Amino acid sequence: MNETLLRELIPAVTGVLVRRGVDFATAEDAVQEALIRALDTWPQDPPADPKGWLVTAAWRKFLDELRSDTARQAREARVAAEPAPGPADTDDTLQLYFRCAHPSLSPASAVALTLRAVGGLTTRQIARAYLVPEATMAQRISRAKRTVSGVRLDAPGDLATVLRVLYLVFNEGYTGELDLAQEAIRLMRQLTALADDPEAAGLLALMLLHHARRPARTTAGGALVPLAEQDRSRWDTALIAEGVRILQAALARDRLGEYQAQAAIAALHADAPAAAETDWVQIVEWYDELVRLTGSPVVLLNRAVAVGEADGARAGLAALAEVPPAVPRRAAVEAYLRERDGDLGTAARLCAEAARAATTLAERDHLTRQAARLNAALRP
Amino acid sequence: MAKYLLLKHYRGGPTPHVDFGTMDQWTPAEVDAHIQYMRDFAARLEGTGEFVDGQALSPEGTFVRYDGEGRPPVTDGPFAETKDLIAGWMVIDVESYDRALELAGELSAAPGPGGRPIYEWLELRPFLTAAPTVTE
Repeated sequence: MNETLLRELIPAVTGVLVRRGVDFATAEDAVQEALIRALDTWPQDPPADPKGWLVTAAWRKFLDELRSDTARQAREARVAAEPAPGPADTDDTLQLYFRCAHPSLSPASAVALTLRAVGGLTTRQIARAYLVPEATMAQRISRAKRTVSGVRLDAPGDLATVLRVLYLVFNEGYTGELDLAQEAIRLMRQLTALADDPEAAGLLALMLLHHARRPARTTAGGALVPLAEQDRSRWDTALIAEGVRILQAALARDRLGEYQAQAAIAALHADAPAAAETDWVQIVEWYDELVRLTGSPVVLLNRAVAVGEADGARAGLAALAEVPPAVPRRAAVEAYLRERDGDLGTAARLCAEAARAATTLAERDHLTRQAARLNAALRP
Repeated sequence: MAKYLLLKHYRGGPTPHVDFGTMDQWTPAEVDAHIQYMRDFAARLEGTGEFVDGQALSPEGTFVRYDGEGRPPVTDGPFAETKDLIAGWMVIDVESYDRALELAGELSAAPGPGGRPIYEWLELRPFLTAAPTVTE
């Protein structure tokens, strides 16, 4: 059994313990111990019934903890008197998504807890992915669990916060041995199987359409390749087809949301055989929808880029005038539009300014190269 | 989350808010109290899931540079008295810039002579991050 299949069992195993009356935080700890043992022993000695093995191991771990702590005797009695199992596995797993993304948690805490309790990752794996010490990540997770342990989930949870958390995981991308984008897609697939919702489908489509471009997004040396310059033959057509199919089914239900609109933009890019054949007019229309849905200044900024492509650099600059000055990457967008408008001097100055303000290394390097290219072109 | 570097300087930075002298002029108990404050601060941040790393640097150091093929590197040092001199750092991983400011403010209040806060200037620098997946 591979590690991904093992991880897929984790939420259901936690669900079994919780249904037996164990509180969420304790159950999750016991399951994590069982997971670590499974990772250690299964390669040599694979069990016939993996889920049964995990339940037994986690349950024993829980009983050990209970016995070692006499102060918990009262709880043991309570657990023993707990009523019979209630809802089915799928409901348990969906409840787990809601709990781990509970609005009382900060985004980073919700991300860490979701990856551990729903994703079945170990604390060490999550710590490495986010480049913090394991002890720090362990504390972040245990604080998050304390926060949501007592939360009663009688009402349906907030799906929007779950989607937000998985979007954050996806956007973190690929930072080492653990592929967070892949993991976010796996969890989104599981979630859309449990919860029938057009925005959830929209987010899955968005992830698939972006993931499809990943092979073309960076050079072998790790430099960013802008969308217009990507080798489109390296895009994953199977992922694109799946993303488009999921998106179309979601849009047909006529409950538009921001993820569906973002996915529609990604789909229009994916649909163009060459950058020059991109349907920018339709993309601008989708940005108009996104502005209406979110009111986000970042969306306004991206819209200005699309307007520049659809109606020319002057129109793009006019659209840019509506974007507040403090929006990140505004100078980079203005530089691009100024260059297209023929003003290389201003473009070079703005590129250098944008490079100094960049928050990512790849973006800074890209903008520095752009500034250098423009300055070289300006020299007589 | 965003990672920030908190830089402590032996020298350099804005004019000190109070003149607390160099640590070798403090009493041993004051030095101990100062170091303990730093340790407690780091331990507390580990507890909140915000601590990444902390290191102290010796004030001794040398500038080094390449000097051409087949030649040994050239050194220049010890550092001149006027040079900005880094004493150590702490790396934190926090939810917001405001949280980073708040923590830097707390660390800056480490005790000095008489157990009073030294109002030390700390340099706060954001890390450049990896590029996000979704860009348009």
